[in-house]
Amino acid sequence: MEAGREQSVLTVAGVEALFAALRDRGYRVVGPTVRDQAIVYDDIAAVDDLPRGWTDEQDGGHYRLNRRDDDALFGYVVGPHSWKKFLHPPRQRLWSAKREDGETRVTADVTEPPRFAFIGVRACELNAIAIQDRVFLGGPFADPHYQARREDAFFVAVNCGQAGGTCFCASMKTGPKAEAGFDLALTEMLEGGESRFLVEVGSDEGRDVLAALPREPATAADEATAIGIVARTTASMGRAMPEGDIRELLLENLEHPRWDDVAERCLTCGNCTMVCPTCFCTSVEDTSDLTGTETSRERRWDSCFTMDFSYIHGGSVRSSAKARYRQWMTHKLATWFDQFGTSGCVGCGRCVTWCPVGIDITEEVRAIQGGD
Amino acid sequence: MVQPASHDPMVPQVMRVAQAQLDAPDVFTLKLEPEADLPRFTPGQFNMLTAFGVGESAISVSGDPASGDGIVHTIRAVGAVSRALTELRVGDSLGLRGPFGVGWPMEELYGKDVILLAGGIGLAPLRPAIYRLLAERERFGAVAILYGTRSPADILFRSEVESWRQRLDVDVHVTVDHADESWHGQVGVVTTLLPRIAFDPGRTVALLCGPEIMMRFGVQALGSVGVPDEGMYLSMERSMKCGIGLCGHCQFSPAFVCKDGPVFRYDQIRYLLALKEL
Amino acid sequence: MAVEGLERIVRDHPFFKGLDESFLELVCGCAQNVRFEAGAYLFREGGPADQLYLIREGRVALEIAAPGSGAVTFQTVSEGEIVGISWLFPPYRWTYDARAMERVRAIGMDATCLRTKCEADHDLGYDVMKRLVPILFQRLQATRLQVLDIYGKPAA
Repeated sequence: MEAGREQSVLTVAGVEALFAALRDRGYRVVGPTVRDQAIVYDDIAAVDDLPRGWTDEQDGGHYRLNRRDDDALFGYVVGPHSWKKFLHPPRQRLWSAKREDGETRVTADVTEPPRFAFIGVRACELNAIAIQDRVFLGGPFADPHYQARREDAFFVAVNCGQAGGTCFCASMKTGPKAEAGFDLALTEMLEGGESRFLVEVGSDEGRDVLAALPREPATAADEATAIGIVARTTASMGRAMPEGDIRELLLENLEHPRWDDVAERCLTCGNCTMVCPTCFCTSVEDTSDLTGTETSRERRWDSCFTMDFSYIHGGSVRSSAKARYRQWMTHKLATWFDQFGTSGCVGCGRCVTWCPVGIDITEEVRAIQGGD
Repeated sequence: MVQPASHDPMVPQVMRVAQAQLDAPDVFTLKLEPEADLPRFTPGQFNMLTAFGVGESAISVSGDPASGDGIVHTIRAVGAVSRALTELRVGDSLGLRGPFGVGWPMEELYGKDVILLAGGIGLAPLRPAIYRLLAERERFGAVAILYGTRSPADILFRSEVESWRQRLDVDVHVTVDHADESWHGQVGVVTTLLPRIAFDPGRTVALLCGPEIMMRFGVQALGSVGVPDEGMYLSMERSMKCGIGLCGHCQFSPAFVCKDGPVFRYDQIRYLLALKEL
Repeated sequence: MAVEGLERIVRDHPFFKGLDESFLELVCGCAQNVRFEAGAYLFREGGPADQLYLIREGRVALEIAAPGSGAVTFQTVSEGEIVGISWLFPPYRWTYDARAMERVRAIGMDATCLRTKCEADHDLGYDVMKRLVPILFQRLQATRLQVLDIYGKPAA
C-alpha cells in the first residue's frame, strides 16, 4: 500500500463497530473464542465472544488457558485451530453423480462458500495463508474451492503482544508483526486496563471499512508504543529455529541416526499435520447409495503419518515411523523450497504444543545440525 | 449425454466403455469414448479414472496418441478401484480426469538408438511411445523393445508384440521369469536381454517402465554397458489422489510424481532411488 | 585350415573377445565344433562337468526337474553366451540339465584340458577367470531378481 503510514486508533467500541460493519458488508465474521478450554476460531457475534482476559501457556505437549490480570482481547498466542479449516475445509464435497436411464451425470459441488472476515489473524498465519496460496493457486491447476474461499476473504490481523512458549516466528522471519496480506492490522495497546488498537490499513477495502468506524488519529506516542510491543514480543520467543541452510542440512542427512531417535518417540498420530497451518495433504472418499445410482466424492484432510498415505499396490512406501517423520519434516523444512519456493514452516509452534510427546521441530533440526 | 468440460480439475468427465478386452489374467484393456472433448495426450501421460461409487485411480494411457479413436487404458486389477474398472463392460460409464503428467521425451529420441525396457504391466505406458516410434520409424536409430513378464500368461498385447517382432526395423525380445511347458521363448529376467541387441551406448536413450526394482536393476545393467545416466528415463509409481499436485500423496522427495513425472530422467532421481522409504 | 577356422570362431566369440594371441592358441587346443539337434541335451544334472560350451547359434534351456512340475526352465542361453560353469570347481558335476531348444551349434571346450592349461599358466587362468566371474555375477543378479518375484503375485 502506498499509504501504509496512515494509522488510526480504535477503542474496544470501535472493534465492536468493525464487526458490525463487516457483517453489514455480507461477511461471516470468524474469530477467536474460548471453547473446551482452548482458544479456537469460530463464528463470533460481538467483542464479548472474544477471549477477553484469557491467555495461553504453551510448551512441548502442553497447552493451558490462564486468566490474565487485564482485559486484553487478543492476549493469547495461537490455539489448535488455524484458518485453513475455513479456507481448506477438513471435508469438502467435490461432486456427486447420478445415473438415470443408463446415463451418468456428474455435478460439481457449486455451493457458494461464505465470504469470511477473519478476526485476529497472526503474522505467522498470514504467512501460512500465503504459503497455501502457492500450493493451491500457484501451480498449473488451481483448487477452485480454496480459490473461491480465499479471494473474497477479509483479514483483520493482530500483531502479537506476547510470544508463546513454542513460538519461533522471529527466527522464521514470519512475525510477530503482520507485514502483508491483511486488510486491517491491529496492535492491542493496554493502558490502565483499557485496550486501544493502533490500526494499519493494508488494502483499499480495509480503508473503506475503517473510514466508517469511530476512530481517532494515531499519535507519535501510539506508534512508538506499538513498535515497542512488537519488539518485546520478538525478544521473548519461546523457541528458535537454528540458523543456517536447513534445507541443505536435512537433504544431506536423510540417513542421520537422529531419525531413528525421533521415531522412537513419535506416535505417528498426525496431530502435527492437523494443527499445522500449511499442511495441505488430502485424500478422497467415494460413497454410494445401496443401488449405486447416486455416488459422490468427498475430499478430506489426510496426514503423511498414516500408513495408507503412501500405499501403492503391494504395500506402503513409507511403512516405518522413521520414514514418515522424515517425510513430514523434510517436506516442511526442505523440499517445500523445491516445490513452492519457500519454507513450509512459519514458526507458529503448534506442532510442538500439540504433539502428545512434545517433539520439537526446532530441537530435531538442532540435533541433526549438532551431530554433523 | 456428455458433461460439458468443467473448469474444476477435480470433477471427472463421464466416459463410456466402447471396447473391453481381456489381455492377461486380471488385466483388461478398455477403450473409452468420446475422445473429442479431451485434450490430446502424449505418450507416458496418465488419466485419473473413476469407478463410480468405488473410487479413483491413476492409470497410464496405453493407446495410440495419433488414433483419435477413443482413449485406451490397460488396467490390472490389484485393488478395489482397479478391480471395479476391470469389471466394466461395453456401454458402462466411468469418470475420467486428465491427461496429466510429464510423459516420455519423444523429441529427444530423434536420431538416437532407442531401447524400451518393459516389465509386466509396464509395457502399457510404453505402448503409446512404441506407436510413435513405429509411425516415425525413419527418424530414430536402432529401436529395441525388451519385455519381461512373470510368466507367459502375463504377456500383454501378444499378437501386437508378435507383429512388432515380425518387423525388420525393430528388435523385439520377450522373456519370462517363470516358464511353463508351453513356452519356447527366452527365460530369465528382462535385463538378460540386453546382450541380445545392437546399439551404440553413447547415443542411446532407454525408456524403462515396470516395477521399481526391475527399473533399478535395469539402469544398472544399462549403465554397465555404457548408457549414460542422462540417457535413461523411468516412469515412477506413487500413490495419487488428485493427479494435479494438490493432494500431496505422490511426493518423491522434492518431486510430485503426478506433475513433475511420472517420467523422470535417471540422473535427476538417482540419489532418491538409492534411499529406502523415501 | 580347419584349425584356423576354429581359431577365428573362438576369437570372435564374445566370451573370448580380445584374448591374447598366445592364449588363443592354447585354448583352441582344447576346442572342437559341436552340434545338438532340437531336444538333445548338452548335459544332464549329476553328469561329469567336462565341457565349457561357447554358443554360436541356437538357444539352450537350463532346466531343473522338480517333482510334480516337470522340467522347470530357469534360464535360456543364446548365441554369444556360454553354457557350463561347474567344470571349474570340484566335484566337476553338472547341477542342472541343459537342453537344446532348437538346433544348437557351439564350440565345446574340453574342461580337463582347459583346467590343466590354466593351472600351468596362471596368466591364462587369471584371464579366463576374469571372463567367467562377471557372468557368474550377472547370473546371480538375475537370480536375485527372479527370486524377488517383482511382478507380484497375480491378483487373487
